[in-house]
Amino acid sequence: MNGFIRYFSAVKARFKLKNYLTYFIFLAFILIFAPLGLTGSLKMSTEFMLEQIGYSIVAAISLSLVVGFLGELSLGHAGFMSIGAMVGALLQNKLYPSLSASSPFLALVIAMIVGGLAAAVFGFIIGLPALRLKGDYLAIVTLAFCQIVQTIFEQLPFFGGTLGIANAARYSSHKLFIVIFVVALISLVAINNFIKSKHGRAVMAIRDNEIAARAMGVNVSFNKIFVFVFSSFIAGIAGVLMAASKNTVAANAFTYNYSIDILVMVVLGGMGNINGSIVAATLITVLNISLNNVFTGSMAAIKNIVYALVLILIVIYTNAPGLKSFREKHGFGVYWSKFTAKIVKLFSKKELKQDPAKEKEFGADWSKVPTKVEMDAILSTDLTPDKSYVSDKPAPDGKTDGSGKGDK
Amino acid sequence: MLDFLTTLINGLSLGGVYAMIALGYTMVYGIAKMLNFAHGDIIMVGGFALLIVCNATGITSVSLIVAVVVCMAVGILTEILAYRPLRGASPLAVLITAIGVSYLLRSIAQLAFGTEAKYLEINMGTIAIGSFRLSVGTLVTLLSASLVMVLLTLFINKTRTGKAMLAVSEDKDAAQLMGINSNRIIMITFAIGSALAALAGFFIILKNPFSVNNTMGAMPGIMAFTAAVIGGIGSIPGAMLGGLALGIIETFSNSVPALNPYTVAIEFALLIVILIVKPTGLIGKKKREKV
Repeated sequence: MNGFIRYFSAVKARFKLKNYLTYFIFLAFILIFAPLGLTGSLKMSTEFMLEQIGYSIVAAISLSLVVGFLGELSLGHAGFMSIGAMVGALLQNKLYPSLSASSPFLALVIAMIVGGLAAAVFGFIIGLPALRLKGDYLAIVTLAFCQIVQTIFEQLPFFGGTLGIANAARYSSHKLFIVIFVVALISLVAINNFIKSKHGRAVMAIRDNEIAARAMGVNVSFNKIFVFVFSSFIAGIAGVLMAASKNTVAANAFTYNYSIDILVMVVLGGMGNINGSIVAATLITVLNISLNNVFTGSMAAIKNIVYALVLILIVIYTNAPGLKSFREKHGFGVYWSKFTAKIVKLFSKKELKQDPAKEKEFGADWSKVPTKVEMDAILSTDLTPDKSYVSDKPAPDGKTDGSGKGDK
Repeated sequence: MLDFLTTLINGLSLGGVYAMIALGYTMVYGIAKMLNFAHGDIIMVGGFALLIVCNATGITSVSLIVAVVVCMAVGILTEILAYRPLRGASPLAVLITAIGVSYLLRSIAQLAFGTEAKYLEINMGTIAIGSFRLSVGTLVTLLSASLVMVLLTLFINKTRTGKAMLAVSEDKDAAQLMGINSNRIIMITFAIGSALAALAGFFIILKNPFSVNNTMGAMPGIMAFTAAVIGGIGSIPGAMLGGLALGIIETFSNSVPALNPYTVAIEFALLIVILIVKPTGLIGKKKREKV
């Protein structure tokens, strides 16, 4: 009992709200929307949007692991989702009728695990060439993988061919989005903990300098493959969730265009920034759906034009070297850190201390550069040694210090 | 035997088209160090330019020239507006911008022309030697692809601009110190790549009159990108070799009924196998890493 209390006080001492802020926002989000969903006061379209946001977040954070933390470009993430979705949908259709009576979401949970594992197997297979290939070459291999998966699924009658699998498991949609968000939260915690672990730091070391990491004794092969397996496992789960929220799931929903949509979320959110990926996934999904509602029918092309223009402008704004000084004053990151600092301040009594590691180094403080007048004053200073100065050190003739003060 | 010969020639001509598109990819990659995902959509721009001018005038040669000019203009415009501000930014940011440009071109075409395929037939007739029949279009494609490759190789190795391109691809900063305007060179690269894309668009329409629509460049674009990587991205002979290899494999695989549905999977599986055996492609330069 005593140890228990000591453990908790230790946890309390180390607890920093800032590190867990995303979890709390996530939880608050679930707690706000769950009662609304359970009482059925949300519109169907809103619920569908929430479901889509949920699995987009799961897909984006899983890709963020490969692109942002391992530093390898993957253009075939939809392939892993596709495997998860197809295997999961088949399994759900088999299991749902017998399991739905006892617990409605058990079939979904089993499907998520099996679908994730199936995707992870292929993640292992794609991780193997990743040991030999780098950069754009690996990117095209992942793209090729995505295309191969799509082609093969479309030819297999077992998976419904080009028509896809009809979703026989009709989850009560008032609850499905809550399940999806809980899964998203769990995978977020898992990924965040992985990044902070020994392996996560090793992965980041590989990203920054593979040779140096190898020299430091990091097992590059193991860590690379592990990231691919882990990431594809979560992508497979995202695929199962996506399959559960749709009426039919077909292989042609997972083209390389879809992989690129996920990649856009990761890149816009900021490389190696999980919270950024979540925000970007949410915003892009909301933007996509609301533009879809505004521009219908023959106007659908305008939606794509707006989307493309927004994408180009945001990337130029956040990445152009010419806009760097402007960004440092008015960038998204600046406002975000101000916002989080405010929220943390609201909830914590202690004065917020700036993390010294994150404090910006001010190169030259131009307000302190001497003006010409001061410069003249400095230059005209007499630099000959001051006669009145008395050294603290004992004089060579053995007198102790202090005693010689009055002598001169 | 005759079937084999016909398939081979068809494959070579398809490979020529792929090689032409792949040249655009590989030159831009070699010189600007970026994957230009919008390259496939330049083909589509060329296709629509051909369609409009051909329907208006009916003269194929004029419409081809107009298409080439329009594509060069679009290529240069995207370079200046979208890629130049990002010079020196992370390669991924440039990649996303290229994807944005690709979406933009596609959706503008969708807004203007809808999504259904347009019919444009450029008939050149067929020649028959005994029972051996071959469309003139295929031969023209094959010959002009070979001609383009020879001319491009000469241009790059013999002219001042070509040598400047080689210098920029070797070391951009050093080239700039030697007095080469690297922005101008990159612009010229985009112009040449886009002109080749327009030509490729013409040959795609020659093969299939129902191919002009707003996503006509997507699949040839990916295949050409694959071809460029198989040959070793950044290498010009590599792009030609990769394109020809892919074209031949695609045609032969399509001619076997059992393999037909799996053609795409076979091509990409081949890509993965080649990359695992030779990680920098067939003729790719191996980069030695300094520590």
